[in-house]
Amino acid sequence: MADITQTRVQATTRTTTRKRIRWDHIADHAILIAGALLMLVPVYMVFATSSWDPITIHREGMQFGFGDRLAENYDAALFEYGGFTDSVNGMTMLANSLILGLGFAIGKIIVGMMAAYAIVYFRLKFATLAFWMIFTTLLLPLEVRILPSYEVISWMNLGNTYTGLIVPLIASATATFFFRQFFRSVPEELIEAARIDGAGPVKFFIDILVPLSKTMIAAMFIIMFVFGWNQYLWPTLITTDESLFTLVRGIRQIVQSYADGSETPDYGQAAALAIIAMTPPVLIVVFFQSWFVKGLTESDK
Amino acid sequence: MKRAAFGHIGFPILLLLPQLAIIAIFFYWPAAYAVESSFYLQDPFGFGETFVGFDNYTRLTNSTNYINALNFTVVFTLLVTFFSLGIALLLAVKADKVIRGAKTYRTLLMWVYAIAPPVAGLIGVMLFDQSRGTITQVLASFGYDFRLGVNYWDTAAAMITVSVWKQIPVNFIFFLSGLQAIPRSVREAAMIDNRSGTSRFWDITFPLLAPTGFFLLIINITYSLFDTFGIVDTIVKGEPGNNPLTLVYRVYVDGFRGGDLGGSSAQSVVLMILVLILTIVQFRFLERRIHYT
Repeated sequence: MADITQTRVQATTRTTTRKRIRWDHIADHAILIAGALLMLVPVYMVFATSSWDPITIHREGMQFGFGDRLAENYDAALFEYGGFTDSVNGMTMLANSLILGLGFAIGKIIVGMMAAYAIVYFRLKFATLAFWMIFTTLLLPLEVRILPSYEVISWMNLGNTYTGLIVPLIASATATFFFRQFFRSVPEELIEAARIDGAGPVKFFIDILVPLSKTMIAAMFIIMFVFGWNQYLWPTLITTDESLFTLVRGIRQIVQSYADGSETPDYGQAAALAIIAMTPPVLIVVFFQSWFVKGLTESDK
Repeated sequence: MKRAAFGHIGFPILLLLPQLAIIAIFFYWPAAYAVESSFYLQDPFGFGETFVGFDNYTRLTNSTNYINALNFTVVFTLLVTFFSLGIALLLAVKADKVIRGAKTYRTLLMWVYAIAPPVAGLIGVMLFDQSRGTITQVLASFGYDFRLGVNYWDTAAAMITVSVWKQIPVNFIFFLSGLQAIPRSVREAAMIDNRSGTSRFWDITFPLLAPTGFFLLIINITYSLFDTFGIVDTIVKGEPGNNPLTLVYRVYVDGFRGGDLGGSSAQSVVLMILVLILTIVQFRFLERRIHYT
């Protein structure tokens, strides 16, 4: 009898604990779902809005459901020429964003890897000095020295050129620092073995170090591409020629047409352009997630 | 430097040359130029400049615009840092705990990282628009009249909300990787010693996350100071007016709109000093961080 009561008591406690734990789990999931919705809903609304005609949006604001203008709005955002000079459309801006993102990422990785290789693998007297000179650049973001940088660029006649757009952004040492950390963790036996086999510095770099750094390069590339693609202040200052506008730079024009209020801006097209501007970097981050997280958590340290 | 390093001289210099040339021209030159021009007053019509010593700096301390921007930046930075760190920490702790759907949650919570600040700002403008904004309409049904671009603190609230939203993913990623770095043995020991989830969090997890938290604190301050430019610019629609502005935005407005190279440069120098202080703090801490791991 006593035994039976005990088992029953145990059974009830077990079910209650199980129930309690389950409630716990539900609360956890509820918080996570709320967080996910907080991230998703605003962007979803922009996407839904991009399928409506300007009059509906002007009257009712952003939309939750889909309208029938999806194809037209994206077609107009991508292919219809606009701006003051009618010389720019979504495709031009898309191409410019790609040039900026790729040019920045590739340029930075090449320059950074070369410098890091020189600092880590050579007996240079001024290696420490060079390192500190490069390292100091990590301290001051471009935003801080924006006006003098602009003056230097205009003095060099590099305004409204891809060089003026990309190269000053490369003038910080995140990639150098990142690759320096990585090269230092490469086992010393490798270079010893390579030297015994008679490999010179160029051969060692290209045949051993670069293949070894593949994951690091991929991780860095994703971070840098997104960073370059999303640049705003510098492109705004340096490109006044509309044919050099990037998508993110183009967003400024949209917002200003909101501010002017002289005519009803085409909200549907604006929303479509915003979606186009965010799609490539978002896809890259989502699909190459593990590389992205690796690059982010290891480059900022 | 590696023990078995190469002994060449010319080749490594060749390797370093591109990096050094770029930073010399696009970093050291502008930085030095900023310091120099902060001591000069430019003629508005482009006829030379006169040395004015620290006048540009004293002018800043007397400028209401600048003091306002300074005050707002402090409030803005504190609020953005607090909320984005707090929300991200909560989400990271939960994402670390759940088993089912962990990967999906991770993706859903971090993808906003890839959205550019001005695009986030544009979404903010659409949500908070004075007449059509979705959130404005929700607030109106509660009887609050939200006036973006008219009411100072309404505009500030929109700016802060968007900036927090945009920064949650970065903090989430770092907190989650910090949590996952806590050894299994420590977690299991804590589970045996302390059954309450809340006190286990504050006694074990939180102190172990402190290094990540401190590092993120610096990252978030830098983010609020500099990277929010695109958000501020889109939310005020490029019209400074009486809107709340951050210090970096002031540098831009005074330098490019006002044509005040000296004053803008002095502001740049003040920001440089601020960043230097932050970096020194970060470094002192980074040395300690090595002890932790």
